[in-house]
Amino acid sequence: MRAEALRALNAERRARRAAILVTDLADGSDRLVREGDVLSGQFGEALQRAFRSGKSGTVEAEGGSFFLNVHLPPPRIVAIGAVHISQALAPMARIAGFDIEIIDPRTAFATPERFPETRLAAEWPEDVFKRRPLDAYTALAALTHDPKIDDFPLKAALETGCFYVGALGSRKTHAKRLARLAEAGVTDEASGRIHAPIGLDIGAASPAEIAVAVLAQIVAALRSRGLAAVTESRAA
Amino acid sequence: MENLSALDDRRDPLLIAERWIKDGRALALATVVETWGSAPRPVGSHLVIDTEGNFEGSVSGGCVEGAVVAEAADVIETGAPRLLEFGVADETAWEVGLSCGGRIKVYVEPLG
Repeated sequence: MRAEALRALNAERRARRAAILVTDLADGSDRLVREGDVLSGQFGEALQRAFRSGKSGTVEAEGGSFFLNVHLPPPRIVAIGAVHISQALAPMARIAGFDIEIIDPRTAFATPERFPETRLAAEWPEDVFKRRPLDAYTALAALTHDPKIDDFPLKAALETGCFYVGALGSRKTHAKRLARLAEAGVTDEASGRIHAPIGLDIGAASPAEIAVAVLAQIVAALRSRGLAAVTESRAA
Repeated sequence: MENLSALDDRRDPLLIAERWIKDGRALALATVVETWGSAPRPVGSHLVIDTEGNFEGSVSGGCVEGAVVAEAADVIETGAPRLLEFGVADETAWEVGLSCGGRIKVYVEPLG
């Protein structure tokens, strides 16, 4: 691999953008393909499949063997609300391999004492997203119960295409939320993507159990997205 | 710029490689390009090696790294990439193998 290609690849990875390093196995020559690059032909289709599935592998094309090393950003969780559930969710998410950030403008909740060793922002989600935007590799869990805090990030997550969007609250609370989002211009199709009540139905009662249910639902969303893409590429 | 990605600067072989290149070290990069059966590290995993035999990352659970590091020295010297295959099914060609019973192909190329 050329030093330039390595630097360019690492820059994409640091910025949380998907990229594929294509290596010609015959002579070691390489090129970096970024997500969003115009891809055409049979080789282009193979690249597009690789972006969707996240699977690296060798492709026979144009009379040669090419290794596609797919670099997708590591999955991340943004939890809105420095609440009791988030206190349990933060360490669990780290153990499961997720980067997690807790956002809550209420400074009494968002304290380092309550969230040791956790990326924490005692600010409005609107302001945090300007610096660290949501992306397709981010799961968003809205956990404050407070529409003033939760509604904006939910709308932003749906618009961005976050791989998971979940919101805490009863069916009744969620019905009101859907009405507010509709008024804010969110389509029914988009708001239908919100997991609410949040978490897999495991009868979770305590905050820690709810955190397990939320994390399990996030893992399911991440893996089913991958599995769907792999099945698709096998069928093709 | 702030690191948004949760990449681990101390363990990520490609980030380490970038620093090693800056330090002027000659390097080889090993990549798992194919696996069969039970393989300890997935396709795409990297090991970066310098001329002193220092390495970071992994291409197996430690079973074949020694052999890859030895090959890397030749690759750095000659500048020519090579494709290595390891597995218990291939005892005649390779003395080292994967105890888990899988097979892997590792591509070793000059880096930088």
